[in-house]
Amino acid sequence: MFSFDKSSRILASLGSGVLLVTLTAVCHAEPAGHYGYGEPATEDQIAGWDIDVRPDGKGLPKGSGTVDEGMNVFETYCSSCHGAFGEGMGRFPKLAGGDGSLAEDRPEKTVGSFWPYASTLWDYIHRAMPFFAPQSLTDDQVYALTAYVLNLNYIVDGDFVANSDTLPKVKMPNEDGFIWEDPRPEIRNERCMKNCRGEVEIKDSAVGKNLTPSTTGPLDKGLTE
Amino acid sequence: MFGKLRRLNQDISRIALEESNSLPSNERRRFLRNGLFTAGGAMVGGALAGMSPRLGAAETQYPPEIPSWTRSLGPGVVTDPYGVPSPFEKEVIRRNVPWLTAEKTSSISFSPIQHLKGIITPNGLFFERHHAGRPEVDPQQHRLMIHGLVERPIILSMEDLQRFPSVSQINFIECPANGGMEWRGAQLNSLQFLHGMVSCAEWTGVRLSTLLQEVGMKPEGKWLLAEGSDGAAMTRSIPMEKALDDVIVAFAQNGEALRREQGYPIRLVVPGWEGNTHVKWLRRLEVGDKPWMQREETSKYTDLMSDGTAHGFTWVMEAKSVITSPCPEMPMRGSGIYQIEGIAWSGRGKVKAVDVSVDGGRNWTQARLREPVMSKSLTRFSLEWSWDGNPALLQSRVIDETGYVQPTLAQLKEVRGTNSIYHKNAIQTWQVKPDGSVNNVQL
Repeated sequence: MFSFDKSSRILASLGSGVLLVTLTAVCHAEPAGHYGYGEPATEDQIAGWDIDVRPDGKGLPKGSGTVDEGMNVFETYCSSCHGAFGEGMGRFPKLAGGDGSLAEDRPEKTVGSFWPYASTLWDYIHRAMPFFAPQSLTDDQVYALTAYVLNLNYIVDGDFVANSDTLPKVKMPNEDGFIWEDPRPEIRNERCMKNCRGEVEIKDSAVGKNLTPSTTGPLDKGLTE
Repeated sequence: MFGKLRRLNQDISRIALEESNSLPSNERRRFLRNGLFTAGGAMVGGALAGMSPRLGAAETQYPPEIPSWTRSLGPGVVTDPYGVPSPFEKEVIRRNVPWLTAEKTSSISFSPIQHLKGIITPNGLFFERHHAGRPEVDPQQHRLMIHGLVERPIILSMEDLQRFPSVSQINFIECPANGGMEWRGAQLNSLQFLHGMVSCAEWTGVRLSTLLQEVGMKPEGKWLLAEGSDGAAMTRSIPMEKALDDVIVAFAQNGEALRREQGYPIRLVVPGWEGNTHVKWLRRLEVGDKPWMQREETSKYTDLMSDGTAHGFTWVMEAKSVITSPCPEMPMRGSGIYQIEGIAWSGRGKVKAVDVSVDGGRNWTQARLREPVMSKSLTRFSLEWSWDGNPALLQSRVIDETGYVQPTLAQLKEVRGTNSIYHKNAIQTWQVKPDGSVNNVQL
């Protein structure tokens, strides 16, 4: 006699797309560890590498930091690139300012004007800063820096203490400025082949703008125009 | 003359014999055979060249003269144990735009697509993007951890990973900022710098679905976090539907181990999606129930609209094409018949057709697609064109298998404004001038 399982496989082998999905579902039901390669990851091992932080605070460790403490850490490790007040040096990112500039011709996307979640600030400082020595700061230093940068942006007061309770409650100015759904394709053209547009006019040219590095000769030879 | 040559050969033979006296007999026989042959051959060639005034005095390698490389021996095998390009191709290199970033450790390089043929980008020319420089990862020490909402969290060595069944697929990777300097106007007069943040390779690795099945996902696992082990510990959140579709953990690129710039020993390949999601030097995959809203998916790689709102999670690279010959680096050389050639691709699947215009988009002719045409891969197109020497405005326009027709820049600007930086897949216009020069212009 056919078991249900057997008959579904036989039917699936006849090539029906719908039943192939059934077969895939059977595969997914396979117990974890089919191949058995690798080693089980222990809790300690996971804790060592699991550094990500989410907007709801999941992942934030113990510890805390004040705005004043953050100012000292910032001056030591951050101001050479980001400027003493987060104004940015050279082409390194500006961290503060830019309020209300997002719809302007030259928007300034800073932590204060653009970043939707405060958790991301803790996460990014912790995983990637300071730029020349990533993951060298203590959790308390990261909390302090987070507090300081939020304060530079007037998002928290000077007496703010950043920790795993307070950070998820910080409402960032631009939190509602994002649409987390892809609206594309935004443009639905017909494929026209003949007489598709009127007079053609060149509105802009790259010639003479003196921005193009050389594409011949040694690397970094300089600008061509 | 021949007497002199014989004496020279005898001298060499004598020296070779003396040199070989200290070798064991089998070694000695081999040494003599190789040594005599090579030394004698070289001498014969040299002597003959000296003998003949016509051959020796040749100033050109063109016919009827016989090239010098025809009259001599080249180096033998394993002179370059890992091959290198011809020295005459030394200008075909990745380049960067120094003014674009603060410094090179967090920067991007551009593929020299004006010089490339076919659809596969050589590994040494694949564009690079680093957020904290390119790390030197020891594969013996490297581990991939898979954990989170799974039944069996595991740590895999690189040997463990390669025991899983593997697949190979040809996919492009494009930085979503490719062409992003041009929203406000034509800036760069170079194909390489305008469109060189795209490359294509055959990737070999393990399907992410195989690995996720192995660890046993819990039903509430809807998102995946991929994390790199470089100094930026780069992270992106990827929805589970895509993770289970066609994503692979790749360890090989075009037949060899990944290049270090491409994430050695392992990286994610997320076909058709923006390059930033293809996390390199991959060390960790976490299954979760929500996206993580990391720096790369909030403050970066979101598209700012002209009203100040921004679109996030715009992962797909929409269809795009560009003419690679002629281009600013490959000008026209007098009137006559030309093969207009270019590349097209779509993050949503296969290229269905490419049209070419020589009059700025007023009229179009369907180009020939060159096989193979594969999903989420570069596709070559070409069209024969008889140039009469008059000014022309060249454009290409791709149509992908979803029916999407590549838009004009004016159309994109109307919807997105000029601040979005990313995902500029507009039609490129090349201005051809009567002197044959080719320039980047906007209509």
